Amino acid sequence: MSLDKPYDNIPGTVIFDADMSRKGFHLNQFCMSLMKADNRARFKADEKAYLNEWKMTDEQKQAVLDRDYNRMMALGGNIYFLAKIFSTDGLSFQYAAATMTGMSQEEYRDMMLAGGRKPDNESTGDQTDE
Amino acid sequence: MSKITAGVTTSHVPAIGAALDLGKDKEPYWEAVFKGYEFSKKWIANEKPDVVFLVYNDHASAFSQEIIPTFAIGCAEEYAPADEGFGPRPVPVVKGHPEMASHIAQSVIQDDFDLTIVNKMDVDHGLTVPLSLMFGQPDQWPCKVIPLAVNVVQYPPPSGRRCYMLGKAIRKAIESYDDDLNVQVWGTGGMSHQLQGPRAGLINQEFDNDFLDRIVNDPDELSKMPHLDYVKKAGSEGIELVMWLIMRGALNDDVEQIHRFYHVPASNTAVGHLILNNR
Repeated sequence: MSLDKPYDNIPGTVIFDADMSRKGFHLNQFCMSLMKADNRARFKADEKAYLNEWKMTDEQKQAVLDRDYNRMMALGGNIYFLAKIFSTDGLSFQYAAATMTGMSQEEYRDMMLAGGRKPDNESTGDQTDE
Repeated sequence: MSKITAGVTTSHVPAIGAALDLGKDKEPYWEAVFKGYEFSKKWIANEKPDVVFLVYNDHASAFSQEIIPTFAIGCAEEYAPADEGFGPRPVPVVKGHPEMASHIAQSVIQDDFDLTIVNKMDVDHGLTVPLSLMFGQPDQWPCKVIPLAVNVVQYPPPSGRRCYMLGKAIRKAIESYDDDLNVQVWGTGGMSHQLQGPRAGLINQEFDNDFLDRIVNDPDELSKMPHLDYVKKAGSEGIELVMWLIMRGALNDDVEQIHRFYHVPASNTAVGHLILNNR
């Protein structure tokens, strides 16, 4: 019997559970390595070569090279691990979050200044409830 | 005997730490956040806690995917600020209280809460940003800190109920410690926010304000709220709010709220902050 996933119908949201964790293990461990300045320097010098040191799938490596955070999360990446990549790039959490929404940086910043994304039925997934 | 004199809750947004470290705290955007802590800094300068028992979550800094403890108590002499990918925050090393921490671990484990004991770890923004918000930028932190790291990275985090009950066990442990120490318990993280995916930027002011009301006046019922409600209504990272319930469980049933602050936004997040008198 598999475990319940009552969180599967929340729109625009990946819950990092045990299945995602297994899928993303090597991707996330690569991210952890960027907590050392020497590793960040080696990664920046030759991203492909550095990624090839890790047992990641080609898809995961490509998603990192593309800085496609939604794709990385679909492939098991967790946002707190992935944060090491955009921190290495000198970019903020808000920058990274904006790229995941399809909004421009300005549009996203303005949405946050106006009180953030509103929790309507569509965003909470309540419409799909019984 | 030691006494828990107050509880504090606060968000621990990393950008708040960055704003302070880079001297941007006087910019209007950030001034609006720091304004909510002016009272708190004065208050804590008078209170002079000996020890802060600080509940936070590690953001894949001390704990990678190799080991994911649900509850981990720090029993070390000191904790260095973690390098989260842009160098460590320029803040003082955090001094621990190994004797009291070990006493709490022993007491709480014997009360059926199986804590993981950590004798060496770095601490990330989850722990250092609350210290900066409450103490500003001193050369040394003015108190000892006992970190309690809670897993909210890999689903499932502990339930709100479990957190609340753990708080009660922690209280019993602290108040059975022989030395006469003034102890505060802090619960950090939240409020509503989602950092990932197309729904990033979710903020739920109604949820947050209701949570602020109920954690003061109705914590027992609030602690029964299921995970799914947090995730749906307060965003995938809003689940951090279960950590506030550890703080609340460690206080009296009736507490006096002496400060409340709520502000949107700090980066992607709603900032919430409470000070509760436990005397």
